[in-house]
Amino acid sequence: MNFDLTDERQMLSDGLRRLLADKTDLKAIVEGDRAWSTESWAALAEMGVIGALFTEEEGGFGGAGFDLMVVFEEMGRAGAPEPLLEVVLAGGLIAELGSEAQRAHLEEVIGGGLQLAFAHGEAGARYDLEHVATEARRSGDGWVLSGHKAVVTNGGDADWLVVSARTSGKVGERDGISLFLVPRDADGLTLRDYPLAGGGRGAEIDLRDVSLPAEALLGEADHGLEAIERQNARATCALTAEALGLMERAKDLTIDYLSQRKQFGQPLARFQALQHRMSEMLIEIEQARSAVINLAGHLDAPRAEREMHVSATKQLVGQTAKLVVEEAIQMHGGIGMTMEYDLGHFARRLTMTEHRLGDALYHLGRFSRLRAA
Amino acid sequence: MDLTYTDAQEAFRDDLRTFLDQRLPKRLSDKVRLGQHLTKEDYESWHAALQERNWLAGHWPEAHGGSGWDAVERHIFEEETTRAHAPRIIPFGIAMLGPVLMKFGSDEQKAHWLPRILDGTDWWCQGYSEPGAGSDLASLKTTAERDGDHYVVNGQKTWTTLAQYADHIFCLVRTRKEGKPQEGISFLLIDMDDPGIEVRPIVLIDGGAEVNEVFFKDVRVPAGNLVGEENQGWTIAKYLLTHERTNIAGVGFANQALANLRRIAGLEMQHGRPLIEDPLFAAEIAKLEIALMAMATTNLRVVSAAAEGSAPGVESSMLKVKGTVIRQEINDLTRLACGPYAMPFVSEALEAGSNVEPVGPDYAMPATADYFNNRKLSIYGGSNEVQKSIIAKTMLGA
Ligand SMILES: Cc1cc2nc3c(=O)[nH]c(=O)nc-3n(C[C@H](O)[C@H](O)[C@H](O)COP(=O)(O)OP(=O)(O)OC[C@H]3O[C@@H](n4cnc5c(N)ncnc54)[C@H](O)[C@@H]3O)c2cc1C
Repeated sequence: MNFDLTDERQMLSDGLRRLLADKTDLKAIVEGDRAWSTESWAALAEMGVIGALFTEEEGGFGGAGFDLMVVFEEMGRAGAPEPLLEVVLAGGLIAELGSEAQRAHLEEVIGGGLQLAFAHGEAGARYDLEHVATEARRSGDGWVLSGHKAVVTNGGDADWLVVSARTSGKVGERDGISLFLVPRDADGLTLRDYPLAGGGRGAEIDLRDVSLPAEALLGEADHGLEAIERQNARATCALTAEALGLMERAKDLTIDYLSQRKQFGQPLARFQALQHRMSEMLIEIEQARSAVINLAGHLDAPRAEREMHVSATKQLVGQTAKLVVEEAIQMHGGIGMTMEYDLGHFARRLTMTEHRLGDALYHLGRFSRLRAA
Repeated sequence: MDLTYTDAQEAFRDDLRTFLDQRLPKRLSDKVRLGQHLTKEDYESWHAALQERNWLAGHWPEAHGGSGWDAVERHIFEEETTRAHAPRIIPFGIAMLGPVLMKFGSDEQKAHWLPRILDGTDWWCQGYSEPGAGSDLASLKTTAERDGDHYVVNGQKTWTTLAQYADHIFCLVRTRKEGKPQEGISFLLIDMDDPGIEVRPIVLIDGGAEVNEVFFKDVRVPAGNLVGEENQGWTIAKYLLTHERTNIAGVGFANQALANLRRIAGLEMQHGRPLIEDPLFAAEIAKLEIALMAMATTNLRVVSAAAEGSAPGVESSMLKVKGTVIRQEINDLTRLACGPYAMPFVSEALEAGSNVEPVGPDYAMPATADYFNNRKLSIYGGSNEVQKSIIAKTMLGA
């Protein structure tokens, strides 16, 4: 056992922390119309951060759970809204399932020149991966897609979307889900995009008889779910690591504030009622860190074991996120309620991690069912 | 012990329901239900409708234009108006300043200001907190120096709720610098139109701007606007905090929010079934409902005891802490119930009268904003930590 980062990962972590501290403009994120910064994106690509999400044979130089953890913890610590999680999800699917021609896109993704989104969620799906109602019918050599995709993060900025659709079976069945690589400007694809509470943008996507050539199919027809689950596990590792970074930052901001703010003639940090709560926060964040490490170390485990870790980690991190958000705001008092102070953005972004890939209650139920199976 | 309502109380409830049916415009109740921000006119028109029945300040004595309601009548009013999604009554004039004037104001002040609160002539806001004086309110620094027939006010208030709508502000100001800080504070009424006052909005984490900073530079206030004696302000402020906290537990709001949560959980689907059928989610709702049922009775117990003359101290602190936490937990579960549709954050859709189309179901739109906005409940009105310190002090001495 060894819980130290390799030298390479430590360098990546340090460099990324410096880069994001320099490039992340919280005021612009909160006030701006732009969801994220193209300049930051280019810098991330140049530093090799996007490449760190892929293995060497996929054209990157990382791709392991601990690479994801390092990168996303720093994204969280900075509150950076750049759509890197979409690269893990959509890019991961392309890397895992793609034909040679499809995988050729990855080079451009890693170079920072191409934006991706994973159009999977639907109204009524909540967090169930197998709930796909969007349909794809064969038409001649190709395919025709129809349906609606909900809250697609980065949908509006994506050059390419990985879209899931049902090619057989009923909504909720594991078999019959296929994946397609769809250009955002495809005929019949319309999109309404909007800001998200935690930064970035999401989109509602309508697919009305979108015609695709045979080569648009990603992997084998009907058998997309296993790959979706695998990439979802990686994305859960990334997202919980991001939550960890956000929590660390919220904690640090609170420590600073309690040390500076004086009431009743002394710093708030002197009040034992608050001291104990800070201690509790630290204890819970360390638990969350261990949970993320558990998941990062089990991404390549057999499905049953891996998925148990997915739900365990997402449950624990979700529960901790709520604690940290609420306690940080409360201990700041009024100032914690404003968007004019940094904590506001971190609190919102951290809370929103619970609304992606499943919240604590959802995963508590899922974990229990997986354990019983 | 008797938990049943009398015939007269039931008749009052019926009367209220009829009134709400007839006089609460759907336009208004829809806004409240959908979590949209209300305009000043929305509040004013609702206040006026209530005032026609002497229900705006139902708990004021009849001599001052109220209806002299007892605890149970207040409870019924709160229950029915929140159930009907009526706008809340803005508390600053009705619940805060009115009772202060009745207790500490001169006859002229009562005759001048009280009717203007009831008929909506004046919109009050509360100027207590300052950047350096929150929980430690007695450390406030805004000064009022006597100059002939006037006080000259200099300093800054902050977190002033709805100051953008207000034309008057009641302030705690420092009139003496020597001695104990509590003994140099006065209670002053100030016209927001006076030269030297500036209001700057503060954007909150829910995207709204309901609070403000208020700056005072050489503002001249007639000495006749002092309430009570000079340097008696702390006593007045404490009276307000402990005696006239109507609706501190927010049981009506909690009931309304819980009903909304149940509705949403019945409409949201998970694994192809309504979310409310998920035993884990249902259990979370049930726990809150059970807590709220007890809370409603705790509230009635306390308010009844207060009506019989015992001064609520610990009790009102207890209601504040438990009531706010229950409401916050309901908000938390509500945003969770909305699933991924809690993420879209289209602030314009929450503006009054907005016709921006919602993203996803309409109930999901305010869920995240409400969750964040109501974090304030445990911060303002004496934070929950401060309330717990009050309880502990009473219980443990020291
Ligand atoms: C939305 C909103 C609306 C408001 N509206 C108004 C208004 O209309 N008018 C007005 O005058 N004010 C208003 N306030 C201000 C409110 O009353 C203050 O925020 C509150 O008194 C807390 O003060 P503070 O924010 O300075 O926090 P602080 O006093 O700095 O406290 C920070 C944290 O430390 C804790 N703390 C402080 N002292 C102790 C202690 N001794 N022991 C343990 N813990 C302690 C607090 O509980 C809090 O958690 C509003 C606030 C908000 C958020």
